Amino acid sequence: MQTRLLLDIAADACPDRLAVGSLSGGLDFQGLRARAAMVAAWLDETSARHAVFVGLNGSELPVLLFAAGMAGMPFVPVNYRLSDADLRKLVARTAPGVAVVDDDMLARIGEVEGVELVARSGFAARFMAGDPPDLRDIPEHENDIAVLLFTSGTTGDPKAAVLRHANLTSYVMSTVEFLGSDEDEAALVSVPPYHIAGISAILTSAYGGRRIVYLPAFTPEDWVETAARERITHAMVVPTMLDRILDVMAKTGERLPALRALSYGGGRMSEPVIARALQMLPQVDFVNAYGLTETSSTIALLGAEDHRLAIASDDPAVRRRLGSVGQPLPSIELEIRREDGAVCAPCESGEIHVRGEQVSGEYLHKKAIADDGWFATNDSGWLDDGGYLFVEGRLDDVIVRGGENISPGEIEDVLRGLDDVADVAVLGLPDDQWGEKVAAVIVSRSGAPDVDTMAAHVRGLLRSTKTPESWFFRAELPYNETGKLLRRVLKAELVESA
Amino acid sequence: MDIKPGSRWKSAVCTAELVVVRPPSAAGSLACGGVEVLPHGSEAAGGDVHPDFAEGVLIGKRYVDEQSGLEVLGAKPGKGSLSFEGRAMTLKDAKPLPASD
Repeated sequence: MQTRLLLDIAADACPDRLAVGSLSGGLDFQGLRARAAMVAAWLDETSARHAVFVGLNGSELPVLLFAAGMAGMPFVPVNYRLSDADLRKLVARTAPGVAVVDDDMLARIGEVEGVELVARSGFAARFMAGDPPDLRDIPEHENDIAVLLFTSGTTGDPKAAVLRHANLTSYVMSTVEFLGSDEDEAALVSVPPYHIAGISAILTSAYGGRRIVYLPAFTPEDWVETAARERITHAMVVPTMLDRILDVMAKTGERLPALRALSYGGGRMSEPVIARALQMLPQVDFVNAYGLTETSSTIALLGAEDHRLAIASDDPAVRRRLGSVGQPLPSIELEIRREDGAVCAPCESGEIHVRGEQVSGEYLHKKAIADDGWFATNDSGWLDDGGYLFVEGRLDDVIVRGGENISPGEIEDVLRGLDDVADVAVLGLPDDQWGEKVAAVIVSRSGAPDVDTMAAHVRGLLRSTKTPESWFFRAELPYNETGKLLRRVLKAELVESA
Repeated sequence: MDIKPGSRWKSAVCTAELVVVRPPSAAGSLACGGVEVLPHGSEAAGGDVHPDFAEGVLIGKRYVDEQSGLEVLGAKPGKGSLSFEGRAMTLKDAKPLPASD
């Protein structure tokens, strides 16, 4: 099954429904398909083997994604935030390829052997403008790689994660109801094109019949203004975005009456932010999703009802589920395993393993999936008695102090409960006696943090071994553009300065 | 007929269109309204929906034949209902998940 099928059946069933763009002047489903087919015919004529995209979000993105699928080429969106040298290196890895590149990024790439660079303005003039073309018949190709996504490795060259048509279509068809969206639904997409959620948003929206509206680059003001103007009903945000969006709403008084559902993922969301969001947007369903590039996006989610039950509950075991990522999707299997491979008991922490058709667990030239189909996520976590999944972060981030495994996330959550703590990162630093010691990096609201109070707070709620021994203070913490704390960057800085 | 995953079919006797989600464990005949379905894009043969297979196909719903594992998606609605090897296919009960992307 190929990604083009998702668009084909939607375009056949509701040709005139808007697929992408604004209420005034967006592209409908038959237009999207016809333009994608025109681009596919062009790709077919080139000697390219990859269809590359280097640019900001926009209507060209779904056109090129579906066109690549039709032409039997992997679609490769590349991170334009990399340094010029790294960007050029990645583009070179797609040879022979054809790359659609934002005009102001062309000079950053320069000339790359085997890769034809096409200015986005030229692409838009040729394929996006004017009346929609007649639908061309593009024969089905055999290539089963739909998308290659370069994962941001912190060491060595980025790996190219392979997503096959079967992985992506299985994910879409097992999580979304075909044309299950009402005609007035619209999703605001602000994750960048090279992020898995940017890819899955295109596919799930097409299959569900939901219009996509793009934000080329995220600012909270622009997000709120666009959501209001386009009557956005659904959106996905990363944790660092939500708090800033709520600030703008508090300032402008905008209440986004059309908004029905907000999903968040890609990092820990602090409970005060969630509580504030629930209070400011009472009509909105909140969904917390957990997934990886290698799993075609979401594998577990905490739904709206779970949020309401947790926040209303006096039972601490239910209340803490607000900090979970909910239950695994019915279409996948999920286990927590010890280092020796044995399955963990409830509430026992271990490595999250997952199996299912949507799980690719594969990189170019390297399969990372076991023969029995299980994929080790390299994320640490545990399941509670009710089967709710708690993610503790990357396995590599777990602090090993004197043989005891300590999860930074748990300590961070406790510290975040203090009024003076605006943001916090906990990590392990080398220690002669214990191997590693617990260190906390604090962003203080008052500017006059009290270490003794903070330490006593952690000791009171957790164990003394989990109480940070080293304290650092920063004006802000480093995050990547999708809201992930760059814990290893921070750690490297601290080790260096020690 | 080759009932592959992703293959598209249309009813010979009504407006229903179908996509195969999971293939059957053994080859067999997929019918809508009691008449074998046609490949998508072919001319409708015409004829009547058999009264035993007239409960309809709904758009967006899944239909399964438990015995063979065949699973089919309604891509366009129609008056006929589905059967595989003469066995009526049943509506798959699936709780929709909230959007997360």
